[in-house]
Amino acid sequence: MATLAGVGVGLGVASGRVARMADPLPAPADEPSTRTPDEEKERAHEALAAVARELEERGEHAGGTAQEVLEAQAMMAEDPSLTDDVDDRIAGGKTAERAVHDAFASFQQTLAEMGGYLGERAADLGDVAQRVLARLAGVAAPGVPDPGHPFILVARDLSPADTALLDLDQVLAVVTSEGGPTSHTAILAREKSIVAVVGVAQAASLTDGEAVIVDAAAGAVTTDPTPEQVAEATARAEARRAAASAPPTAGALADGTAVPLLANLGKPDDAAAARELGAEGVGLFRTEFLFLNSAEAPTVAEQQAAYETLLAGFAGHKVVVRVLDAGADKPLAFLNDDTEENPALGLRGIRVLRAREQILRDQLTALAQADAATTERGEGADLWVMAPMVATVEETEYFTSLARELGIKTPGVMVEVPSCALLADRILAVADFASIGTNDLTQYTLAADRLLGSVASFQDPWHPAVLRLVEDVGAAGRDAGKPVGICGEAAADPLLAVVLVGLGATSLSMAPSALADVRATLAGHGLDDARRIAEAALAASDAASARAAAQAAASRTTAA
Amino acid sequence: MSQATKTVRIGSAHGLHARPAKLFAQAAKNAGIPVTIAKGDAKPVNAASILGVISLGIDQGDEVTLTADGDDAEGVVDSLTELLATDFDAE
Repeated sequence: MATLAGVGVGLGVASGRVARMADPLPAPADEPSTRTPDEEKERAHEALAAVARELEERGEHAGGTAQEVLEAQAMMAEDPSLTDDVDDRIAGGKTAERAVHDAFASFQQTLAEMGGYLGERAADLGDVAQRVLARLAGVAAPGVPDPGHPFILVARDLSPADTALLDLDQVLAVVTSEGGPTSHTAILAREKSIVAVVGVAQAASLTDGEAVIVDAAAGAVTTDPTPEQVAEATARAEARRAAASAPPTAGALADGTAVPLLANLGKPDDAAAARELGAEGVGLFRTEFLFLNSAEAPTVAEQQAAYETLLAGFAGHKVVVRVLDAGADKPLAFLNDDTEENPALGLRGIRVLRAREQILRDQLTALAQADAATTERGEGADLWVMAPMVATVEETEYFTSLARELGIKTPGVMVEVPSCALLADRILAVADFASIGTNDLTQYTLAADRLLGSVASFQDPWHPAVLRLVEDVGAAGRDAGKPVGICGEAAADPLLAVVLVGLGATSLSMAPSALADVRATLAGHGLDDARRIAEAALAASDAASARAAAQAAASRTTAA
Repeated sequence: MSQATKTVRIGSAHGLHARPAKLFAQAAKNAGIPVTIAKGDAKPVNAASILGVISLGIDQGDEVTLTADGDDAEGVVDSLTELLATDFDAE
C-alpha cells in the first residue's frame, strides 16, 4: 500500500480500478511535404474547421460553463492569427501536420510564459492541437477510455472537451498528474461533484486495472488498498450520497449548537436555487449588479423593486444586504472617476459612499421602503444592512446612525480591515452585528493584492494571523452578545468552517453549492471539538501547517 | 471606405481573459470589417483573433485602442468599445 499526495477537490471518496487516458500523439515528423502548398493548406484548413465544429457540438451538448470553454476552444481552432501562422509554415515547405504542430506550440509557449491564468489556457490550446493532428492523421482524438466497467480515470490533465462529456455513471473519480486547484479539471469536477484529486505528481506510476482509493477530502490516492480500507471508503461514499439526497437540515454542530448556513447572492433571482440547497437566509447580498453597467445611479424606486423581490424570496428569514461596494478597483462613472495608484487602499467601500452620500442615502431609503412594503404584504424578511470596508469606530458610528435615521432596523459592519478586527469590542458596542469578509481581511492582513497573480500564494485565509483576527472579533461578539458572521470564501471550505465556528463565528455564508459539504462537516464535530481544532490551527506558523494541524485535530474527533 | 479609432478603459474585473476575450473576439469577427486592438502603445493585433486578444494580457483598468477600417467603421468601433467598458463578470 502506498499513498500518493495531491490536491483534493471537494470531500468525496471512491474506490475502483484505474483506466488511463491515452498519452498525447507524438510530434509529427519534420519531413518535406510531397504535396503542393495549396493542397497542404486545404488539408490544414479542413481539419481546423472540422475540429472547431466538433468542439461547438460538444459545447451545445454540455451546456453551462463547459459550453463557454468549448466555444472559446473552437475559436482558437479557427483563430485568424494562428491560421496565418500555419499557412506561412506550409508556404515554407512544411507538411500540414508539422505546420499545425509548430504553430500551436508557438502560441502555447507564449501563453505558458505569461503564467497564472493564461498559463492554464495553454493546456486548452494543446488539446485543440491534439484534436487537429488526430484528424489529419485519420485517428481518433486521444480521449477518455472505455474499459466497459466503472473506472477511476487517470490522466495527465483533462481538457474541457473531455471533462464536459464524462459519463458520470462510468467515471468513479478523476486523478490528474498535472493541473492545480484552478485548472478546468478542478473547476468542472467541483461543479459536477466528481470525486477528484489533481496535481498528483506520482500519478504516472498508476497502471490500467490497478485498484486504488481516491480520497478528495484527504487529497490522497491510496494504491493496493486493504479490504478494510475499501469497505470504509465505500461506506463513506454511501453516507455522502445519502446525505446529499436527504432534504437539507438547518446547520448545526454534533452537540446541537445551531450554526445558520446562509447564501452569498448577487441577484434577487438566485434566491429560489439557494433555498433549494438549504440556505437558511442570505448572509451576503451584493448590490453591485444594480449599479454596474449604468451611467447613472439607479433611482430609489428601481432599487426598491429589486430589494422587494429579494426579501420576498426569503420571507421569514434573515437577509443581510451589503450596500454598494465600489471604488477605483470596481470603477463606476458616477461614483469615482479618479485613477488611483493603489485602489485596494484607496477611496472604496464606505469611504466613497461617504464622499457621495446621496447614493448611500438613496440605497438605504430604498432598502427601508422595500422592508416596510414586503412586511405589510406579509412576505417580509429579517433585513440586516452592512457597510463594506469599515476601518474605524467613527465610520461605524457614521454608518449605523445614518442607517437607523433612514429606517434600517439592524445596521452592522463588515470586518475586512485589520484595524476593525483589532477594535472589534468598540466597533460592536456601536454596530448591531459584524460580518467578516475573509477575502479582503486576508489581503489586508498579509498586505498582498488579491488580484495580483505574483502574490497569490499569500491569499490563504488559513493563515494564523487571519485566524487570530477572526478570534478577536468572535470574542468581542460573545462579550457584547452580538452576532459575528463569516461571508468570505473561507466559510465554503468545510474544515475551515469548523475552525471559524471554533473561533466564535455564529453563522456562515457561502456560495450555495458549498452548503451541503459544510453542513455535513459541521455535523461531525461538537463545539468543544471545534474550539480544540481552532486552537490547533491558531498555534501554527503558516497557512499550510494550520491546515495540517486542523486536519490532525479533526481526525481525533472522528476517531473518538 | 472609412477609418475610425477610439481608446477605452477595460471594465471587466478579470480584464480581457477567458469569457470577456471570447465575447469580444466573436463580436469583432462578426463586424465583418478588419478591426485591430492595441494595448497602450504596443503593436496592434487582429481583434477577431482570440489568441491575439488573450496574449495581450489586458487587465481591468488598462487602456486599449481600437481601429476599424471599412463600411460603418465608426459604428463598429462604438459598439466594440461599449463591450470593452462592460464588466462581464458582474452580472
